[in-house]
Amino acid sequence: MNYPLLELKQISVNFEGFLALRDLNLVLNNGDLRAVIGPNGAGKTTFLDVITGKVAPTKGDVIFKEKSLIGQKEFRIARKGIGRKFQSPRIFENLSVQENLALSISRPKTPFSLLINSLKVQHLDQIQHLMSIVNLQSKANIRAGALSHGQKQWLEIAMLVGQDPDLLLVDEPVAGLTDEETDLTADLLKSLAGDHTVLVIDHDMEFIRRLDCPVSVLHQGHVLKEGSMSDIQKDPLVIEVYLGKPEEEEE
Amino acid sequence: MSIFSTKKSWINLTIWVLIIALIIAAPSLLPVFRLNLLGRYLSLAIVALGVDLIWGFTGMLSLGQGIFFALGGYCAAMFLQLNSAGEFPNGIPEFFGLYGVEKLPFFWEPFKSSIFTLISIWLLPAIIAGLLGYLVFRNRIKGVYFSILTQAALLVFFNFFNGQQKLINGTNGLKTDVTQLFGQMVGSEIMQRWFFWISAILVILAWFFARWIVRDRFGNILIGIRDDEARVRFTGYNPVMFKTIIFSIAGGLAGISGALYTVQSGIVSPQFMTVPFSIEMVIWVAVGGRGTLLGAILGAVLINYAKSLVSEALPASWMFIQGGLFILVVTALPEGVLGWIRKGGLKKLLFLIGINKKLETYPSLEVNEQGEVKS
Repeated sequence: MNYPLLELKQISVNFEGFLALRDLNLVLNNGDLRAVIGPNGAGKTTFLDVITGKVAPTKGDVIFKEKSLIGQKEFRIARKGIGRKFQSPRIFENLSVQENLALSISRPKTPFSLLINSLKVQHLDQIQHLMSIVNLQSKANIRAGALSHGQKQWLEIAMLVGQDPDLLLVDEPVAGLTDEETDLTADLLKSLAGDHTVLVIDHDMEFIRRLDCPVSVLHQGHVLKEGSMSDIQKDPLVIEVYLGKPEEEEE
Repeated sequence: MSIFSTKKSWINLTIWVLIIALIIAAPSLLPVFRLNLLGRYLSLAIVALGVDLIWGFTGMLSLGQGIFFALGGYCAAMFLQLNSAGEFPNGIPEFFGLYGVEKLPFFWEPFKSSIFTLISIWLLPAIIAGLLGYLVFRNRIKGVYFSILTQAALLVFFNFFNGQQKLINGTNGLKTDVTQLFGQMVGSEIMQRWFFWISAILVILAWFFARWIVRDRFGNILIGIRDDEARVRFTGYNPVMFKTIIFSIAGGLAGISGALYTVQSGIVSPQFMTVPFSIEMVIWVAVGGRGTLLGAILGAVLINYAKSLVSEALPASWMFIQGGLFILVVTALPEGVLGWIRKGGLKKLLFLIGINKKLETYPSLEVNEQGEVKS
């Protein structure tokens, strides 16, 4: 495949006079792992909203697998192979871990199929596998709402993987996690890249550095700089808007 | 474990045998008047099951179920009126004569067929609920706006039916108790006994049907829509379809309920589409227990039975009791009586009033031979 998986072309989003995104361009190839950082209000979440169809851009185009996503409903975009993890964990709190995952792996996702077909052995195996990735086997029948914050984050990531998307959009996966959990999450995301294309948004510099991947810096709605973490940290413009003093960061 | 499950299945079997025995024996145990009331309340349990599906599971509070309830009732009543219209002038139901109508309105024609009627009783409300639901859900109207919209729709239907004397006898409604079916008066004792049995069986079938719908992933998606609709969408499901289907199913159940209620109360009128009646349906489910299905049935039957007993003893006091019941449930038992019992509320209450001494606060710990607690 010689075309990019996802291409954002000159995306602008105008919220009643406030430009949340301004001529944003971004290209992701198959198997990429990409981190996006930026100060608060840089438009990081809006930019995911545009890709997943939650917000319609005022201008520009989103090309996924050579087709435009503009004007498509969220669930159709999800079915095309874009999975999204939200900033705060959003799982079905009143369902068990296993039931949450069962909903994410079900295919086709039509009402009739869900009503008539029951889960097959291969699905149960897949659920077991997903739970083993994120260490939740022992919680299979526990109500998801009773999980700890970190476990909820992981369950959501597992649900995302269960959808088997080509592109995973991961918004602040390590917010509120312990250092150990953060490391495990970084390893998990790195292992997913390759088979999948992964785009991670986060604030946590240590985490981004651990991902060891190209970084895009978003500032006031457009891409300020792209490059490796070390390049980014040397860039005077980036330092000015976001990183602060490099000595403290590198320590 | 296996002993436990066989014991449990024995209990289940016993309960079912008891229920069926009671249903069969009810006509000889209860006076005609009480039997008829019980039959009516059982038919109301079917509409309550629908309310539980859309509100308890899917989180959509419809205040317009009276529309579908009344439509089912009108379908049944139109058939019965036509079935016994032979002796009247022009061979059409008597009330038409009052307004000088000589020709049967076109939409009455198909109700000459008993098969068409039996299908339309549930299919017509289901289709109308589906259409109404699709338009509302497609535009992502939900929460309190959905409730207001359904109530407005209810008022539109009420006013329409109320004003159409020449089509469906307007505010007077259609009587069924003096009509004929199988050569018997519909209001006769023997017919009413059969309607009681049919209602009881249909409640059980509707309960199994509702349980089948929510048993697995379909039900889980409904709960997902209630708790976080956006997540459902981003997981690749189209909530509009699920909501339309479940709203349509609830409409169909309401239609069946309305038809059974009509033949047992002897009349269908726009009174079925008043605002308080549709709100009462929600109260039965709230008191019985949202999202429990069984709670909806118990709520509908017991509250209505209490209503008739209280109204006989202390007329005019029922509204206060019903209001108080609703406030009690909202403030103290948000999951309804059945939800509260299932969460162990009864045990706690018995403990509080000193009947039950033992209260297990902590799960018992496993201790090994040395007396150490296993982790």
